[in-house]
Amino acid sequence: MSWLIFAAIAWAFGWWVNVRLARMRPARMVSLAAPLVFGATLIAVWEGVVRGLEISQVLLPAPSVIALRFASSLDILWVDFVQTVLKGALSGYVIGCGAAFLIAVAIDRYPFLQRGLLPVGNFVAALPVIGMAPILVMWFGFDWQSKAAVVVVMVFFPMLVNTVQGLQATEAMQRDLMRTYAADYWATLFKLRLPAAMPFVFNGLKIGTTLALIGAIVAEFFGSPVKGMGFRISTSVGQLALDLVWAEIVVAAIAGSAFYGAMSLIEKAVTFWHPSQRS
Amino acid sequence: MKSIIPVLTIVGAIFVIWYAAAVWLNADWAYDKATRSGEELTFTTLVADTWSQKKPKLPAPHQVAAELWDTVAMKSVTSKRSLVYHTWITFSATSLGFMLGTLLGTLLAVGIVFNRTMDMSVMPWVIASQTIPILAIAPMIIVVLNAVGISGLLPKAMISMYLSFFPVVVGMVKGLRSPDQMQLDQMRTWYASSNQTFWKLRLPASMPYFFTSLKIAMAASLVGAIVGELPTGAVAGLGARLLAGSYYGQTIQIWSALIMAAALAAVLVGIIGLIQRITLKRMGMAQ
Repeated sequence: MSWLIFAAIAWAFGWWVNVRLARMRPARMVSLAAPLVFGATLIAVWEGVVRGLEISQVLLPAPSVIALRFASSLDILWVDFVQTVLKGALSGYVIGCGAAFLIAVAIDRYPFLQRGLLPVGNFVAALPVIGMAPILVMWFGFDWQSKAAVVVVMVFFPMLVNTVQGLQATEAMQRDLMRTYAADYWATLFKLRLPAAMPFVFNGLKIGTTLALIGAIVAEFFGSPVKGMGFRISTSVGQLALDLVWAEIVVAAIAGSAFYGAMSLIEKAVTFWHPSQRS
Repeated sequence: MKSIIPVLTIVGAIFVIWYAAAVWLNADWAYDKATRSGEELTFTTLVADTWSQKKPKLPAPHQVAAELWDTVAMKSVTSKRSLVYHTWITFSATSLGFMLGTLLGTLLAVGIVFNRTMDMSVMPWVIASQTIPILAIAPMIIVVLNAVGISGLLPKAMISMYLSFFPVVVGMVKGLRSPDQMQLDQMRTWYASSNQTFWKLRLPASMPYFFTSLKIAMAASLVGAIVGELPTGAVAGLGARLLAGSYYGQTIQIWSALIMAAALAAVLVGIIGLIQRITLKRMGMAQ
């Protein structure tokens, strides 16, 4: 009972702090503190409710249990992280985004291809591409190569569509100006159109970060060596070792957020001129 | 209309590449078979063989089409071997999750627009929630919900919901904030309460954003439903067909399930597009 009261008090206190924060003058610190307080409140409530209602550890482990498990199985988590994120997701992400970018630049020269490929690409981008996973696992074997292939297929079309759109983002006036400078195709591409396309390109890159992780993990459900985050999750669920599953989820969440955050930082540095980056 | 010929060209090219790849990928097996039976393979027999294997690495389009015709049109709809039955299972989970996600997303968006505290504390977590690969947790969610006695449609729908609420929140927050200062001032000169401003200005103004995010949400919730069927030993649904196909090397079955999933996605997104066009037209907002 006392744990439930603790949860209620934690919720009330967190909300009160945030209401106070919201009334303060907007500043960097405040906009950073509010979500942190909210997150801490959620964890406290989670802990309190799990202990108060005595929910079985098999169903929903308390955050403290997950943290302990996380600390005690760092070696397993690291092996899985290397296998899934560094080998599978990252290599696939680089290949997929790189290929899509180059093909988009190539397509852009031919309006015919552009008109044909854009609708098809838009269509494919909306499809459940993840279903390709079993086929690719069959083609490329159980190790990380097949996971990278799934990631390539998943990130390819969002990246392609975004880059093609970005390359069309220049205005006729700007292109005419380049022409008055007697700039050839390549000079126009590198000095005007690629920089102008960067906000779109980074949009595709950011969408790709989450897709890459999802693709690499889900592909492991269809067969993998005895390591990897997807493998660990599906086997630990079978053994009802849910604290280990949650520890993997924490790793996935941290990796996903870090990946996304890194992309946002690079975006900020590259597209500093764009209105959305100037606050 | 101008883009019909280019699109058809691209689709045609995809088919040509597909057939060529089928020859290339299945050739090993064909050569294997030929040496074992001591036959000499000419080019035409090689091609004929690679396009008609039972468990090819890559089935040719007409094999997939034949399988689709067989499982969609030739079986009764209630039979477990009918693809329509499996599609229906996946569709029901998708649509339930989609509706729950839309509801949750809209409520969150309204809260975020009206409450500064929520805007500051919840919005960053909504964004962070999507960096967690939810699909990875799908098996656990389903096991846990099963343990508390919730089984069947709802666990899959929960995964769909988690994937689909995000685009709705982002789109609706943007949409509800889209009226500019001039329009808001106009409402104020009419002495409109914030309730009236919401129903008469903000909500109608958000409709184009709403439908765009619905399309993304629909595609996402289909992915959620399919992946939700994968790790649970589900016996029905398109995801279960994919998994069974990959266990037994039935590539043709995998491909037909994939094509069916693609068709389902296209139909669902198309329906939303239709509703969007009709609604926006009647609201006088059609472009």
